[in-house]
Amino acid sequence: MLLEIDDVSLLYGRIQALHGISLTVGEGEIVALIGANGAGKSTTMRAISGIRPIATGAIRFEGEDISKLRADLRVRRGLCQAPEGRGIFPGMSVLENLDMGAYTRRDRAGIAQDLNRVLELFPRLAERRKQAGGTLSGGEQQMLAVGRALMSRPKLLLLDEPSMGLAPMLIQQIFTIITEINEQGTTILLVEQNAQQALARAHRAYVLETGRIVKSGTGAELLHDPSVKEAYLGVA
Amino acid sequence: MTTTVNPPTPEQQQGIGTRLRHGREAISQRWHDAPRWVRWAALVALIAFFYALPNKEFYQYLGPIPTTGSNFTQVLFTVSIYVLLAVGLNIVVGFAGLLDLGYFGFFAVGAYTVAVLTSPSSNLKTLWPWLLVVPIAIALTMVSGIMLGTPTLRLRGDYLALVTLGFAEMIRIAAVSSDFLKGQRGFNQIPHPPGKYADGKPFFGVLDARPYYWLVLTLIILVVLGVRNLTHSRVGRAWISIREDEDAAQLMGVPTFKFKLWAFASGAAIAGLAGALFAGKQNFVNSQNFELLNSIIILAAVILGGSGNIVGAIVGGGLVAYMIERFRGIELFGTELYEYRFLFFGVVLVVMMIFRPQGIIPNRRRAAEFKDRRKEVIVGE
Repeated sequence: MLLEIDDVSLLYGRIQALHGISLTVGEGEIVALIGANGAGKSTTMRAISGIRPIATGAIRFEGEDISKLRADLRVRRGLCQAPEGRGIFPGMSVLENLDMGAYTRRDRAGIAQDLNRVLELFPRLAERRKQAGGTLSGGEQQMLAVGRALMSRPKLLLLDEPSMGLAPMLIQQIFTIITEINEQGTTILLVEQNAQQALARAHRAYVLETGRIVKSGTGAELLHDPSVKEAYLGVA
Repeated sequence: MTTTVNPPTPEQQQGIGTRLRHGREAISQRWHDAPRWVRWAALVALIAFFYALPNKEFYQYLGPIPTTGSNFTQVLFTVSIYVLLAVGLNIVVGFAGLLDLGYFGFFAVGAYTVAVLTSPSSNLKTLWPWLLVVPIAIALTMVSGIMLGTPTLRLRGDYLALVTLGFAEMIRIAAVSSDFLKGQRGFNQIPHPPGKYADGKPFFGVLDARPYYWLVLTLIILVVLGVRNLTHSRVGRAWISIREDEDAAQLMGVPTFKFKLWAFASGAAIAGLAGALFAGKQNFVNSQNFELLNSIIILAAVILGGSGNIVGAIVGGGLVAYMIERFRGIELFGTELYEYRFLFFGVVLVVMMIFRPQGIIPNRRRAAEFKDRRKEVIVGE
């Protein structure tokens, strides 16, 4: 297993946000984490990337416990997150933002190669390479966040709500790109409210409710699960 | 360096402000388009101007620029110290985005280190020469910066502002009440920097402020070169990313705590240097030199000039320190304007924050960040 989360709890002050969550992500998979607002999806992401310390449990990456490791050191190990919403650097240009993604790397040739790859994946970013990140549209910012995370050449890419606030056309597009990134060899853990798309694209998925995992299975299984259908897909 | 001039958007209200903005953009565009040698020549001319400035043979032709109510060369020295401080604080506030409300505290640490180790009125009676103590003063301020930063920089938000505020007050109160730091009586006979003319007269004397001004000016140039190099390196990129979005910076693998501490300590070191220079010039250091107001003035200078931009910090620091002195000796309707200097200062600050929050010479990125944040607070934009 590339990533193993074992009985992890997390507290915000005295409020417990995660109650003993366990999940795994295997090499080459797309794993989706779905759930309603406040279910703890983004919190789980923060715990994995190291922005928030966990209270109990263990997070293992490539078999090693990283739960005490600082966030920036986790990036060096190959774990990179595209943060939710406006996590881009607003004053830096598109290229500077992408360059920040490669902050931990020193191999110039490899960085240049990955930059080309990202600009090929997101032609819109290539058009706006000199523009300040803050002036991009919501969809473009989202693409920039995903592209920037790819620049660290992660083994595991964490995507927090990549479809948030996007037009249906763009949602389709961004999920196509996610599948493409995965087919090129990057493992992906995806947090989504858009359960329909996420389940259709994911190999496996977990359903999170008030800080607990209540269901898991393959994407197709959950897509046809009656209770999931009712709660997240809006069909009875 | 390339700049892009954004076309005016409809949301920008037409008027004097807009026209001024376009005028400034046109100037900056011309500056960036000018050939390299023109820019160098302009820079050399500017630096030469500032070296020539304290000579009466030169400044008597400058009309209203020399101050009337006080010794102009003395004012220039004070201004230069403020510029040096603004350049240092700009690292902390402008680049790393850390709010330091007690920056003058580090200046005090630098000045008192020199005083304690060199003055005959000190209890230590070490009487070391000034030049030897300068590196010690810089090192000590850096250490005090690290000591202050280590527990507080781990936290986000306003803690740092409060702690730095408390730190500056602690230093001041210690200076007032501790016997070791001599309070109001202060330390006298602090030695001047070394150096002699050919005829044996000391280069750095009591009456003539010019040599001190030239020394500080030279150090400003060196410090600016160093800071410029730093900001164009990986360190600078890390600082800017922390300022723009600390979480995102960490998610990109930037060791944020380390770089915040590094910014804080470098800023402190520059303030220590300024304090040491001040003590060496003044000959005398007592507790009245370190009011809280000074910290506020320097912070205001950095923000006014354009936080995050080295040129902006220089202009801000220079302008603020100079304007405050310029009011001295001017009478209007029988009142001394100098009495109201902080009233004007306050008005200027308020007006600036309304019409030009990014400062006189803003950082290109910083301006975009301000726009970005406006979107978050103004509904419907």
